[in-house]
Amino acid sequence: MAQNTVDQPAAASPRLEWRVAKVVDVREETPRARTLVLDVPQWLGHSAGQHVDVRLVAEDGYQAQRSYSIASPPEDARIALTVERLDDGEVSPYLIDVLRPGDGLEVRGPIGGYFVWDVMQSGPVLLVAGGSGIVPLMAMLRHHARADEARRARAPMRLLYSARTRADVIYGAELAQLADDPTVDVTLTLTREASVDWSGHRRRIDRAMLEEVSWPSSENPRAFVCGPAPLVESVATQLVELGLDPARVRTERFGPTG
Amino acid sequence: MQTEEMRLDGNAAAGTLRQVFATDVTSALTTCTACGAVSPVGALLEYGHGMGIVLRCTGCSAVLLRVVRSPGWLRVDTSGIAVMAIPVGPIEPH
Repeated sequence: MAQNTVDQPAAASPRLEWRVAKVVDVREETPRARTLVLDVPQWLGHSAGQHVDVRLVAEDGYQAQRSYSIASPPEDARIALTVERLDDGEVSPYLIDVLRPGDGLEVRGPIGGYFVWDVMQSGPVLLVAGGSGIVPLMAMLRHHARADEARRARAPMRLLYSARTRADVIYGAELAQLADDPTVDVTLTLTREASVDWSGHRRRIDRAMLEEVSWPSSENPRAFVCGPAPLVESVATQLVELGLDPARVRTERFGPTG
Repeated sequence: MQTEEMRLDGNAAAGTLRQVFATDVTSALTTCTACGAVSPVGALLEYGHGMGIVLRCTGCSAVLLRVVRSPGWLRVDTSGIAVMAIPVGPIEPH
């Protein structure tokens, strides 16, 4: 085990402070999801999988704070957040309906050291997303795509992404492009798609699907599972039942969203 | 306030916890005082509310950590954690 000569926790970092980021671009991803591209002053970079906290302050001083995963890879100077609109939400309707390029937004980050992946880590990776859980995994996929061929081949990725309908699939076109690379595999499953044109999976993620998509446990894959809590818990349990090392199955639960 | 996309695990509490611990602790391993289960903080169940954070054991649901914000104070109760092992040194390349 490497010896540390300085008695300092691994992730000791500059003070986490609120800063006013500038919205430089917005992009509609699906009818309910939008990407905000932000310029954050004194941004020191991030790791794929990390998030930022966003804070809104009303005129009466009332504050609402939420966490949003960074969708962009560490290679990009600006950060992208993809936000899904919750009709009864306190923050997302503002971010989606009101915020415009040129506006400011208070953010704090990057945050997180558990649900992160770096392309320098070799070994196969399984990514499992439910709904907007795709966002932090997209940062990982984008980060992977920026590496050279040899490094990408040392950390091949497989994504299993569950969404309601085709219209709800975020980053659909980009995922199809990423999947052109032999080191990346993308499998979608739609749980409420009505159209007969869809020839892919049409059910919730279950053990059979995981078994089909996942790396064999003998390859000792890392797994990142993100989405609504029930999906995350059920998938994580099943992956361990399939023989994956529990210490290599990392989870991030999102709240009641799809 | 609970209606929105509140994350339900320790990852969401990471920002506030960094104010307490001066470092990211989502990879730190906590041993539950009540049942002995060991879990990374990122995997603990979070029950966020307006006043702060409660992190619960995934095994027995006992409260491991409570952080309450009030003007001028951050009150932290870690009595539910028997041991917290914080990784030191470069564990994963950045």
